[in-house]
Amino acid sequence: MPEMSAHVVVAGGGAAGIEAAGMLARSGIRVTLIEKETEPGGHLKGWYHLFPDRRDSREVISYLSRLISHENIDFIPGETVAKIDRKGLSFSVTTGKGGSFTADAVLIATGFDMFRCERKEEYGYGIYDNVITSAELEVMFRNGEIKTVGGIVPSKLGMIHCVGSRDEKVGNLYCSKLCCVTAVKQAMEIKEYISDARIFCFYMDMRMGGAMYEELYREAQEKYGINFIRGKVSEVSVSIDNRLIVKSEDTLAGRPLKMEVDMLVLMAGMEISDGGKKLALASGLKTGENRFLASADNHYGSNRSHISGIFYAGTCTAPMNVTDTISHARGAAAEIIDYLRNTGRHNG
Amino acid sequence: MDKFGFSLSRARVIDYDKNDRRIAEYIYEHEPSFRLCIECGACAATCTAGNFTEFSLREFNVLLKRGENDKVRARLKKCMFCGKCILACPRGVNTRNVIFLARQAFRIFDGNET
Amino acid sequence: MESEGSERIWSDYQKEIADDHFFYVRSCIRQSFFPGSEKFFLDFLRDKLGKDVFENPSHTTCTGIGYHADIVPFQTIMTVIARHYALMKEAGYKNIAISCVTSFGIYAEILETWKHFPEELEKTREYLYKATGREFDLPENIAHTSDIIYKFRNEIAANAKYLLVNRQTGEPLKVVEHIGCHYAKIFPKYGVGGAEFPKVLSGMIEAWGGEVVDYPERRHCCGFGFRQYLVQANRGYSLSNTAKKFSSMKPFKPDLVLTNCPGCTMFMDKWQYTIKEMDGTTFGVNGESIPVLTYEELAGLVLGYNPWDLGLQYHMVQSEPLLRKMGIEYDIRDKYSTRDGKQMPVPENLINA
Repeated sequence: MPEMSAHVVVAGGGAAGIEAAGMLARSGIRVTLIEKETEPGGHLKGWYHLFPDRRDSREVISYLSRLISHENIDFIPGETVAKIDRKGLSFSVTTGKGGSFTADAVLIATGFDMFRCERKEEYGYGIYDNVITSAELEVMFRNGEIKTVGGIVPSKLGMIHCVGSRDEKVGNLYCSKLCCVTAVKQAMEIKEYISDARIFCFYMDMRMGGAMYEELYREAQEKYGINFIRGKVSEVSVSIDNRLIVKSEDTLAGRPLKMEVDMLVLMAGMEISDGGKKLALASGLKTGENRFLASADNHYGSNRSHISGIFYAGTCTAPMNVTDTISHARGAAAEIIDYLRNTGRHNG
Repeated sequence: MDKFGFSLSRARVIDYDKNDRRIAEYIYEHEPSFRLCIECGACAATCTAGNFTEFSLREFNVLLKRGENDKVRARLKKCMFCGKCILACPRGVNTRNVIFLARQAFRIFDGNET
Repeated sequence: MESEGSERIWSDYQKEIADDHFFYVRSCIRQSFFPGSEKFFLDFLRDKLGKDVFENPSHTTCTGIGYHADIVPFQTIMTVIARHYALMKEAGYKNIAISCVTSFGIYAEILETWKHFPEELEKTREYLYKATGREFDLPENIAHTSDIIYKFRNEIAANAKYLLVNRQTGEPLKVVEHIGCHYAKIFPKYGVGGAEFPKVLSGMIEAWGGEVVDYPERRHCCGFGFRQYLVQANRGYSLSNTAKKFSSMKPFKPDLVLTNCPGCTMFMDKWQYTIKEMDGTTFGVNGESIPVLTYEELAGLVLGYNPWDLGLQYHMVQSEPLLRKMGIEYDIRDKYSTRDGKQMPVPENLINA
């Protein structure tokens, strides 16, 4: 063993960053885990239940929190990574507040931002009462109460899929992968709060690609009576009674359709986080057409950047669910351990 | 109207809230597998009636769910109850019973079938 | 409606509007259907604001109606527009002020075409030079005349004689605004406030004390639709779209409709008559129809112009209910008098009068 163990800076304390930090720490590597918020956990903190099994997100957060407490991890909240410079075999990492670290390798796990739904102007988010995002609905679930701004329990709700995904108008050609299953999960949960609610999912395609997702979709139809209408909503407006009017094409009937709902939930897509984007720009990291960080190889190097010693984990590279994020983070940790070993700085 | 040589047209829009959905609800109640339809069209592709007439069981199901009852009524008697659609359905919908129940529902709610 | 959110979106669609020295291009149809509108614009800018607005009598139609009816080819309309730019260049102007949304859409479409296909610009230069010997420059600023009224809306508010307030109840008047498809739907960035929550007319309404009605079919086409109207057999589509809009706004009980585009003003005004004739349907309160005004007409009323000088009597739907609500004093004897005081024939069965 070398006298000083290797040191890795991890940018981002969400599921990916924490999982990778934990694995690195357990193999004897010192980790500085930098998180912009005061608490670790990232987007998971705002989510109520996870799909497909609707487990409480706090269970995953508590698993992650246990990892952070490892003695080899130095958790620095309220700080960001602003820039990474390569100096020979090591890296100089500059933080947002002007601090600096020297690292043998850097892992970027800066995650995603939710699509800002006000950019889809025609859905009236931020303008009409009771047009909310999927993330805001999770908060309502957590608080145990789904109510309109007027304090009424909604009896009819719409869910709009693909808000900010598969949409050239907002510059996002890609599918965010998780919004369909989120809509299905949330529709079912709404029914548990409001048993007689009528719920309509407006979708372009149902992309239920994950394990047990399709089964969840079937359950939503069979046991919860959720209605699915194939058609992208084109416009939202309000009636004189302040109910939301949804316009879409019912593509399977081949005719336009309109209906009024009490509440509309927008399935916000995922975009590379603002912090990740800035870090990539400052550090000369490549991004793809989808603006996410571009990996060195799509098939066997998705954890590697094109700069030797800088690695990626999680949703900074593409939309990913928690399961895949954690696997991806483990892959990143394995890559880093390999890299440090091969460059003679780790023999664990 | 002759005064102008043109007239007002009726909107093509499916006005969901104004439509009568009792027929659909009746079927959901008596044949819950109807909820599982994802409108894939396998039933229509194999349909004996649909091969030679303007009948699509997939479209029939959509119109039924939306409460477009006049259009459903006009299609009610196209089906010959051969049952091939049931074999093709990937979701296990009892499609033949859906049509059977639709006929029943129209009898109940309309007082007659067609 | 929460105005804060709307303001935030609107900030993404700021538009540069020139302050002075305008080359003014008129609409083909406004002078006959809303004859006071363009005159108000010129008087207001020149006499009240002291701005320089230049008109060249050699300016022609933009041929937009023919273009949208598939009669005028794109190369031809590009050359016609190029000629207008040549007239502007010859007069030494760089800011174009367009008095028609159809034209405005065409000017914008052609500018964008030339930007993305520079070879089309070069071809048009050749066509125009060979045909007329003229040369042209691209404008530095392109504004619809409503953009300019919008820009000076607060000056109008500061000099307002009548506000968009019901004199009897003290309540703000409820105003439907309709910007027209070709104002911002083709290129949202060319319109003040974009296409979904446009600000050009709603900004005027708010500045002059009114309340904007955000009704469900706010963004729906007025129904004109060029080819739909131009062929008689298709006119039912035009009419049905107008009926759809008016049915949607009816429950909100609007006091007036404020329009941007000559075609919209015409159809939202005249189709109300047609629908009433066809099946008796009216869209205002108490069996009345809803007055449809251009932004110049409304600005003129706010500033205290005589409604008959503004030409309101030439609308199909008469404006008296609105004038009464705003507390505007008018002399009914002036309504159908010529400028030398002779009585003109009074139309029968006037709507709202």
